[in-house]
Amino acid sequence: MSQIETFYDVMRRQGITRRSFMKYCSLTAAALGLGPSFVPKIAHAMETKPRTPVIWVHGLECTCCSESFIRAAHPLAKDVVLSMISLDYDDTLMAAAGHAAEAALMDTIEKYKGNYILAVEGNPPLNEDGMFCITGGKPFVEKLRMAAKDAKAIISWGACASYGCVQAAAPNPTQATPVHKVITDKPIIKVPGCPPIAEVMTGVITYMLTFDRLPELDRQGRPAMFYSQRIHDKCYRRPHFDAGQFVEAWDDENARKGYCLYKMGCKGPTTYNACSTIRWNEGVSFPIQSGHGCIGCSEDGFWDQGSFYNRLTNVKQFGIEANADQIGTAAAGVVGGAIAVHAAVSALKKAQKKSQDKVEG
Amino acid sequence: MGNQTPNGFTLDTSGKRIVVDPVTRIEGHMRCEVNVNDQGIITNAVSTGTMWRGLEVILKGRDPRDAWAFTERICGVCTGTHALTSVRAVEDALGITIPDNANSIRNIMQLNLQIHDHIVHFYHLHALDWVNPVNALRADPKATSELQQAVSPSHPLSSPGYFRDVQNRLKKFVESGQLGLFKNGYWDNPAYLLPPEADLMATTHYLEALDLQKEIVKVHTVFGGKNPHPNWLVGGVPCPINVHSTGAVGAINMERLNLVSSIIDRCIEFNNNVYIPDVIAIGGFYKNWLYGGGLSSKSVLAYGDIPENANDFSAAQLHLPRGAIVNGNLNEVQDVDVRDPEQIQEFVDHSWYQYGEPGKGLHPWDGVTEPKFELGAATKGTRTNIENLDESAKYSWIKAPRWKGNAMEVGPLARYIVGYASGHEDIKNQVEGLLRTMNLPVSALFSTLGRTAARALESEYCGRLQKHFFDKLVQNIKNGDESTANVAKWDPSTWPKEAKGVGMTEAPRGALGHWVKVKDGRIENYQCVVPTTWNGSPRDSAGNIGAFEASLMDTKMERPEEPVEILRTLHSFDPCLACSTHVMSPDGQELTSVKVR
Repeated sequence: MSQIETFYDVMRRQGITRRSFMKYCSLTAAALGLGPSFVPKIAHAMETKPRTPVIWVHGLECTCCSESFIRAAHPLAKDVVLSMISLDYDDTLMAAAGHAAEAALMDTIEKYKGNYILAVEGNPPLNEDGMFCITGGKPFVEKLRMAAKDAKAIISWGACASYGCVQAAAPNPTQATPVHKVITDKPIIKVPGCPPIAEVMTGVITYMLTFDRLPELDRQGRPAMFYSQRIHDKCYRRPHFDAGQFVEAWDDENARKGYCLYKMGCKGPTTYNACSTIRWNEGVSFPIQSGHGCIGCSEDGFWDQGSFYNRLTNVKQFGIEANADQIGTAAAGVVGGAIAVHAAVSALKKAQKKSQDKVEG
Repeated sequence: MGNQTPNGFTLDTSGKRIVVDPVTRIEGHMRCEVNVNDQGIITNAVSTGTMWRGLEVILKGRDPRDAWAFTERICGVCTGTHALTSVRAVEDALGITIPDNANSIRNIMQLNLQIHDHIVHFYHLHALDWVNPVNALRADPKATSELQQAVSPSHPLSSPGYFRDVQNRLKKFVESGQLGLFKNGYWDNPAYLLPPEADLMATTHYLEALDLQKEIVKVHTVFGGKNPHPNWLVGGVPCPINVHSTGAVGAINMERLNLVSSIIDRCIEFNNNVYIPDVIAIGGFYKNWLYGGGLSSKSVLAYGDIPENANDFSAAQLHLPRGAIVNGNLNEVQDVDVRDPEQIQEFVDHSWYQYGEPGKGLHPWDGVTEPKFELGAATKGTRTNIENLDESAKYSWIKAPRWKGNAMEVGPLARYIVGYASGHEDIKNQVEGLLRTMNLPVSALFSTLGRTAARALESEYCGRLQKHFFDKLVQNIKNGDESTANVAKWDPSTWPKEAKGVGMTEAPRGALGHWVKVKDGRIENYQCVVPTTWNGSPRDSAGNIGAFEASLMDTKMERPEEPVEILRTLHSFDPCLACSTHVMSPDGQELTSVKVR
């Protein structure tokens, strides 16, 4: 008989009491717009559902997303991997190789049809029949298509999967192509950045596990909770910008005083990300705090917007509110509603069904 | 029958062909094919890089001050080391010197990366080749505690209860039936030799190291704002120092220095209490498994790194040694000149690129990279569904770099052999101490185990060096020098019309060089020759096999269908395929529409 460690077990093991757990379930019900009668059902689902299988594939990339992911502080990467998800395939970390690895992939797809999450790091190159990225003797794009076919949802990790990133910078010699241009029939969550912040990555995963639905996405397909504000909006150096106090040269007196880096080319005013709020590596710092301007690594095509040290010309010093707020206004709209409603309705059904189809041990 | 290579290996392709693709627990995409005879011994090895990203093509025409950010994205595992190499190459080209503090901070960051990378490599990419987490379920926690206290009396996490908790968690995980990352491992293969207690101890440290590595990188976050991919600057470092006055929140102040200092201490502690003792303890059970030496006893190469003083890259001033050894002659450590067109050359006869002239090698400053994907006549399968490669033709996205015509191994073991042979005091002491403790002869160094041990010793050495440069930084600030950047040549109008430069580092995986040409303020061409290009190299025109290939030769496989031994040896190099296969076109061929020719 299988002894599946459920989400509830995980929470208990992390020191959460039964009472807090029930409170958490009622908050979840409220967040999903469900009445109190649903609370026991949520609790039941949390107590019985197995860890969600995740398949993590790699295309053209540099593995910075995986490296970022293992830096996660809350929750710790080891807790995510051991207790929250079942990372059944990840060529960077898995024990098996070659045929045994491919078998693990096929097995997971077969066993969890429609119920696994596909995480994609990197992207497929389409030139040369896809053979600029070969895995198992075949073009990576084939593996991507195959793994995507039966996935519940896809997470596009980082700038590579979301937008193409550095290998797609002009002239894009391999025709590196973001995931959503190859897979068009699945919900895709873009988590851009080069790499994304570790806690944003685990935040997206735990949100999906906790609420059993996709996060609310903006028009570009990014989770609104992490990508709806510009770095500039919440930058602690913003008062210096408003006061017209700028770093004029590297390591000048103003740099040492922590003035605004706008004149050194900072892309904070046009970059949507959580760097200035969540910050990096357990909140230790973020690029601007450490003296270098933002290079805009979570924006589409940031490699081809001129030098990182060129001053943004479309941001005026005064009247900034009117001007800068127009930047990316189009992107600020929220379209995740329909997906969220749909997911909420089916969430409990799915969870309950899973508990009935208890996975073989 | 057999075919003799110029570098001394006998290749025999008559036995059964085995394919490992993907090779997992590495960075990037790699394939390996071997032939084994009826005793299960490897008689031929073929290593293939299976990705190409074209990064240097992309760099053409860009601002050289931006190049660090592009090249940093070559690799997110050795994050920052390409950026450092890049700013050094650009500074060399433009004649820019950096302040002392910038040298100390760059060294601290580079050493920090070495330690992080080595620890993550050993515990999270390599350990499962030696350690069996499933077997750990059979361990007695009390005996495990005794083992832990015996191998490392100072490590505080050693109680029976601690190991019992980890074991219970592991047990629950395994019994869930969802084995996740451990799924389809080779857990009943007789190649695993540890007793259950050592398996439990090492698996526990897998988890401890996972927690620690996220702390280690905070040094990068302090100085570079984030990790992976911290920020760098041509002319110095972007973080200013302000320890005395107001506004210091955005600069290196006392709190920031204290944070860095505390992490440096934790690195030293972990190396001493966990990493080194684990390598000795695990190595002790495998010390009769001395396969995998490959090129290490013949030809090794190191560029050297960690300059004591800013802007001085002379060999005597580098903490990590420079030099080349060929034909196994440890009595002669040859000097390496990366500017000499005759020393470093790249060949493409067996790589998916073409030069005008077959059989020719090109120095990186004059290199050409024109992709040409074609498979040999003896390939099994089709163009987009390869079953077996034909190594007599082109078979890899990796070029074949050679030093004075020799295939070379690079990396921690190469550095340690060069250091040992040239009498580097710290390295000699460490190596001799380890061999004495394990009761092994010097010849044991030339092995898979030697490569893994050298990496651990280097992590320990880098821990001490990190502290040295931290102290040096603080002393310099104390002396009144807070400068971190030289901006005299920041403006492109101050640059020469044409210039070329080279930057070198010792990346965690070995010798790394960037060669850049600048013209009219823009990158005219850019070329990187990276560690895994050396180690993962395919055959060259003369038929020399590369370091990965050489290291697999003559290895006995317990079960040829389970590639435990192949993984063990390949992983000992810590392969990084995204690094090795990005190479480009310095002549600037436009590659926008690469098609089959």
